[in-house]
Amino acid sequence: MKGHGRIIEYALSTLARRKFKNFSVAAVFSVLIAVLSSILFLMHAYKTETLKLLDNSPEIILQNMSGGRHELIPTEYIGTLSGIAGVGQITPRYWGYYYDSLTSANYTLMAFDETMRDVKPIDGRMPAADGECAVGRGVADLRQVGIKDDIFLTLGTEQNVNLKIVGTFTANSAILTNDLVVLTKADLIKFFNMPADKATDITIEVNNPAEVSMVARKIRRTFPDSRPILKNELLRTYDNIFNWRGGIVLIMFFGAIAAFMIFVWDKATGINAEERQEIGILKAIGWETSDVLQLKFWEGVVVSLSSFLTGLILAYMHVFYFHAQFLAPVLKGWSVLFPKFEPMPYIDIYQIFVLFFLTVVPYVAACVVPSWKAAISDPDSVMR
Amino acid sequence: MFKTRLFAGFIIIEVAALAVLYLSAASGVHLKEPEMSLKRSMVRAMKLTDIAFWTEARYTRHPSQADFFAPFQDFPSSVDHFPAGSVVPPPQIHGAKR
Repeated sequence: MKGHGRIIEYALSTLARRKFKNFSVAAVFSVLIAVLSSILFLMHAYKTETLKLLDNSPEIILQNMSGGRHELIPTEYIGTLSGIAGVGQITPRYWGYYYDSLTSANYTLMAFDETMRDVKPIDGRMPAADGECAVGRGVADLRQVGIKDDIFLTLGTEQNVNLKIVGTFTANSAILTNDLVVLTKADLIKFFNMPADKATDITIEVNNPAEVSMVARKIRRTFPDSRPILKNELLRTYDNIFNWRGGIVLIMFFGAIAAFMIFVWDKATGINAEERQEIGILKAIGWETSDVLQLKFWEGVVVSLSSFLTGLILAYMHVFYFHAQFLAPVLKGWSVLFPKFEPMPYIDIYQIFVLFFLTVVPYVAACVVPSWKAAISDPDSVMR
Repeated sequence: MFKTRLFAGFIIIEVAALAVLYLSAASGVHLKEPEMSLKRSMVRAMKLTDIAFWTEARYTRHPSQADFFAPFQDFPSSVDHFPAGSVVPPPQIHGAKR
């Protein structure tokens, strides 16, 4: 143990002799780890939160298709659907999109139904009568309105509606409600000029979760022009979205990763004359090959381990304390309404271990392997 | 052995800082559980299917509800206008060689 301590002391002295070079390497290494970890942390946190939330979505959402496009669904389907064995509660949903030219933002308008009465994350209340609405935090901030204010939506001279805001969804539910405007069914139908016998889509609960795909098949057979979307498909979509998005961001930083890999490769394929001479002198004064390898191992560990830990701390602070300031523009796209980045701190230890083995281990190996080549050579020839 | 002690101290501080951050993350998740529970009941009550992240187009606002060819549905050969269109990977087509 004492021998190791002395070798570590010598390794630190060696690193200190070339402090500018080693400090630069450590800084680049730390930034690279911070970038990679930030992406992994952010995507994992949002993916976990989204999947946990959407696990409570309806088992089946039934859309009507016409010419390959989503079309309004006749509510008369509900009677036939309720006759299918295994089908539980069936609810038509009324919703649509509204482009607000005043703010250049898209809102999602949704009709209130009685099951929403007790929704909690809201200041104020849900709409109870025509002419009332509840809005998401993003809509309220963008239009600079609050409870008791009016909000005017228009699609033309005939289709417009003036709504009194009676509730605003809280900021911590913005991931779900940021762009929502909840209004009464009568107001929504009037505003979108929807036929009275049609809904946007229909949600279907299934009594036995194991029978969902069988029920979906029966629905598909009964209504060949319909498209049942299962909750499993919905969750898989979001799983893919976050993996894909994370992959795209990683590709954006591919240049930085490639530059670092080239640097490690360059280090692995040879050591400079000064380092070679140093190894020769150490061998000449009695160091064993194993001592030289230990020295180089510790040099690699000092730089890579301290950089790795620093990078992880920076990434955590960046994502969970500074709301992923540097990654946010990539994730936002062109969305005018975007909820504040406040991911729940879900952390996957497995990802950290994978990152450790993909960065620290190759770096240490890149330090040891070329030194081993020099250490097994004759000291005299190495020094020359 | 001064430098060794300095290095060991630095690593211990970093590991301790990470441990504190990890514990704060775990307790943060635990503390926010009631909030998550409210949001889960909200998803159930309002029958929500998607998160309100990308509001720039209907197929990015509700990716799970979009048509299979949503990004290109507006007119033939139209390119995807929106950066968030890249959020959805191409679907796995069974039996097709990729």
